[in-house]
Order: sequence, then structure tokens, then C-alpha cells
Amino acid sequence: MNFIKETKKWYFIFLAVWTLIADVPFLFMLFTSFKTQSELLSGNTWQIPRQPTIENFSTVLEGNFFTYLKNSVIAVSISVVLILIISSMAAFAFSRFKFALNNLLYSLIIAGMAIPIHVTLIPIYVLTNKIKLYDTVFALIGPYVALSLPMSIFILTEFMREIPLELEEAAKIDGCSMFRLYSDILLPLSAPALITVGIYNGTYLWNEFVFALVLTSSPTRRTLPLGIWDFQARYGSDIPAIMAFLTLSLLPMLIAYIFGQDKIIKGMMAGAVKG
Amino acid sequence: MQRDKSAKLLQNLGLALFLAPALILIGIYIIWPIIMSFDLSLYEWDGVSPQKLYLGLKNWKDLLVDSIFWHAFGNNIKFIFLSIIIEMPIAILIAVLLDRGGKRFDAFKSLFYLPMLMSSVAIGVLFKYIYDPNFGLISGILSFLHLDSLNQDWLGDPNVAFYSVVAVICWQYIPFYMIFFIAALSNIPQELYEAAKIDGATQQQYFWRIELPLLTPSIKTACILSLIGSLKYFDLIYVMTEGGPSNATELMATYMYKNAFASFKMGYGSTIASAMFLIITTAGIFAYFVTRRKEE
Repeated sequence: MNFIKETKKWYFIFLAVWTLIADVPFLFMLFTSFKTQSELLSGNTWQIPRQPTIENFSTVLEGNFFTYLKNSVIAVSISVVLILIISSMAAFAFSRFKFALNNLLYSLIIAGMAIPIHVTLIPIYVLTNKIKLYDTVFALIGPYVALSLPMSIFILTEFMREIPLELEEAAKIDGCSMFRLYSDILLPLSAPALITVGIYNGTYLWNEFVFALVLTSSPTRRTLPLGIWDFQARYGSDIPAIMAFLTLSLLPMLIAYIFGQDKIIKGMMAGAVKG
Repeated sequence: MQRDKSAKLLQNLGLALFLAPALILIGIYIIWPIIMSFDLSLYEWDGVSPQKLYLGLKNWKDLLVDSIFWHAFGNNIKFIFLSIIIEMPIAILIAVLLDRGGKRFDAFKSLFYLPMLMSSVAIGVLFKYIYDPNFGLISGILSFLHLDSLNQDWLGDPNVAFYSVVAVICWQYIPFYMIFFIAALSNIPQELYEAAKIDGATQQQYFWRIELPLLTPSIKTACILSLIGSLKYFDLIYVMTEGGPSNATELMATYMYKNAFASFKMGYGSTIASAMFLIITTAGIFAYFVTRRKEE
């Protein structure tokens, strides 16, 4: 019995140490964001601010912060809606119908999950320039949707295959069209998988960096991760302002996480489990 | 008969409509770029001028003797081993402890997940300042502990920078693998523990005889994820060091980016990208067959 108690103490010590490692960077970020430049340079960097100031936050909000936020919301929400529509349509075809190319096309798309995005970067940059979408939020939507499709189609097809056939057979006898079958029967029944796919792609694209870096250039056209990058380049020496920017940029995800912790974690893992 | 045929035709038309958007987008943004990348690798091109200069296999020959590329490739390999050796044991240990604690440890879980909510860019920028040798968090803690002599230019010293960056990437990914293993542990049937309890198993025996063997398939999957992820890694390294100082933290992806989008050598950049494609696809296929054979 003593042995168990002894180990339990070690559990807590270990977990407490890991809590420090995992979360102290966030405290540093938060504390620093309320400090003045002079307090940061004179005091201990890890200390609680003595005279908290919100000046750093107003510096950030007076800049382009809301523009970056708006661009992120536009790029991510349009992409996620398109991903859900297009991948569920394809998944419906793959999971419910027998046709000559079914297996071949499906395998090809699944193989797309393993493609390193960097091989597509230069050609997509060239293409985006050619079709005159360079440096617009819409330049991001094409690659965001296309590169998310293999994983999304895979998750949805596997889910739809588990839905019993009886339901649609009854509907077919009643003369239900293919489109009604998709929109009125398969889509509602796939809601849990659609939510997972939506969260997985939403969180991934919200933080996407390399395409936004290559396909946009002006501050008014960039998304939040690039906003951090630009702000850091401009205010490199004003560490408290940068920390305020980081704190604000974490807020949307933090709020989403507080409201849907389990769903978000499940969504984030969706891409990995079968990877 | 006639009716059947036209119904069949209608169905095929419907299927084509349902598949078309996905196939067109994948064609434009995945398949065509892969072909294009290999094609561009045969040219010298700045990405802007209408004229491309055909070089044949010159870029590929240059790549074979490009010491920076092979140094970057070596860093990718080092990165694979370091991340697996550091991330997996810590993630497994925490997952096991959290699993044994059950619901009582839920608060710990939430605290541990926080790094997953931050974008790589945000993490990179944050740690640039945490590592700052003058007013960063680490130098502050070291001076509080009177260990100033340990303070370094964490990202500026070529001998240290690679490890500094890898440490941050591990910090970023441990929560991910931790959740991965927690999910796997929750699938272990409770009866196994009870049977072991009756046999008088100790805590360590639980771990070595039950938890670890049953986690093995998940550990393999996690290692493959880490292997592929490490081969194509870009974000954090680019944000924190841009591959420097003097290529100390260069990876294949940062080297490709710098060639294509900083030096405007789109042809050579495409050669590096195509080489990455070949390396990663080969590694993926290899990993897939190695794990599959063992499962059978």
C-alpha cells in the first residue's frame, strides 16, 4: 500500500514538471504582453508585470490585426465549406456505387495523402500568377481545398461505407433521385464525420503558413499566421507588442477549444490515426 | 432493356457530376504540379521571364554534388532520430500516467494540450524571444539560478542552434503524440488490468507486460508519422532561423524555399522539390511495407 502511495507522489511530481515545461512559455508570453519595454529590459523576464499596461494591445489592434483576422476567417471558412461539399460528394460516389473506375480512382486519391506539399509549391505559385490570383485571399482557397481533399474523402468514404444500405433501398423504391439520396439521406447521417473533417481542416488551415507565405505579399491580403510573421519583422525590437500580438492570435483557437474541447481534440487527431 | 440502359447512363452521368469537382481540383493542384515540378527541374528559370533555358539533367547533376543539400538532408535524418528518441518516450510516459490517473487528471490533459492550439509561426516567434540571450526567458531563469555561465546564443551559435530548434519542435509535437497514445491506451480492455492485479503485478509490470506491448502498433504508426513529418518539415525552422546560422539548421524544405523564392532559382528549386518527393515517397512506401509485413 505504501508503495502505491509512494508512486502516486512521483506521478504528481512528474506531471507538475511537465505542466511547467508545457505552459511556462505561455505565461512568459502573457506576462510580457502586459509589460512596458523598459520593465522587460530591467526586471526578471519571468516575473509578473508590476504595473500592467494594455498599451501593447492597443498598438496591435490599431495595426492590421483585424484585417489579418478577417482574411483568415474568409480563407478558412470558404475552404472548409467547399471541402465538405466536394469531399462528401466524392465520398458518396465512392462508397455507394459500383463503377468501373471506383477502386482505381479511390486508391489514387488516397495516395494523394502522402504527397509532400512542397513539391506542389512552385507550380502552384506559377499557376496562381498566371490566373492573376496572386496576392489575393482567393489564391489560397484552391490549394487549401485541393490538398485537403484526399484525407477528407478518405475519412468520409470509410464512414459512409458503414451506413446500412437498407435506408437508401427503401428510398430508391419510393423513386428517390440520386441527388435527394445524397442530400436528404447520406449527408444528415454523416453529420459526425462531417464535423470531424470540418474541425480537422479548419484547425489545420487556420495555422497554415507556407502557402500563405508564397501566394500573398501585401499586409492587407495576408492571413493571421503571416500577420504574426510580418508584425515580428516590423516590430522586431518591441517584444511586449509582439507578445500582445501572439496572445491575441491565440484567442480564437483558445475560445473554440474551451467550447468544444473533446470535438476539437478528436478532429485534430482524425488526420493522424490512419496516416 | 432500353429503360435499364438509359437508367444506367443516367447513373453514370450522375456519378461523373459527383466526382468531377474533386477530380478536377486534385488534377489541377496535386497531379499537374507534380508533373510540372519534374519538368521545371530540367530548366533554368527565374519564375518571371517568359524564356526558360533548357538544361537537361544539369540541375540534377548539380544536386548530386551540392554539399548544402546533402548537409540539409543529413539534418533531416538527424531530426528524424532526435524527434523519435525524444518525443516517443516522453509522450508514452505522460500518456500512461494520465491514463492511470483517469478522470482526476483531466485538468493536466487540458494544460498539456495548449501547445497544440498555437500555430507553428506563433510558436517560432515566441521561442525566438524565449531563447534571446539578453532578455529571453531562458537567460532570465539561468541568471535567477546563478547559472549565467550556461547562457548561450541559443539560435545564433551554429553548434547549438539545431538542437535549440529541435527542442522546440519536440515541445510542439509531444502533446500530439501524447493524445495519440492516450487514445490507444483507452482501447486496452479493463479485464487485462484486473487479471494482472489478481496475479499481484506491480506498477512496473503493468507497464512492461501490458501497456507497452499493447501500444506497440501505435508506436510504429507514430514513428512513421514522425519520420514523414521530419522529412518535409519547414514552418518552425524557417520562422526561427531561416535555416541559419551558416546552414546549421537547414532542412531540405527550407533550402528548396530559399532557392525558389529568395534566389528565384525556380528550376533548381523544382529539382530539390522533386528530389524531396522521391525521397519521401520512397520512405513512405518502405515504411508502409515494413509495418504491413510485421502485422501479417
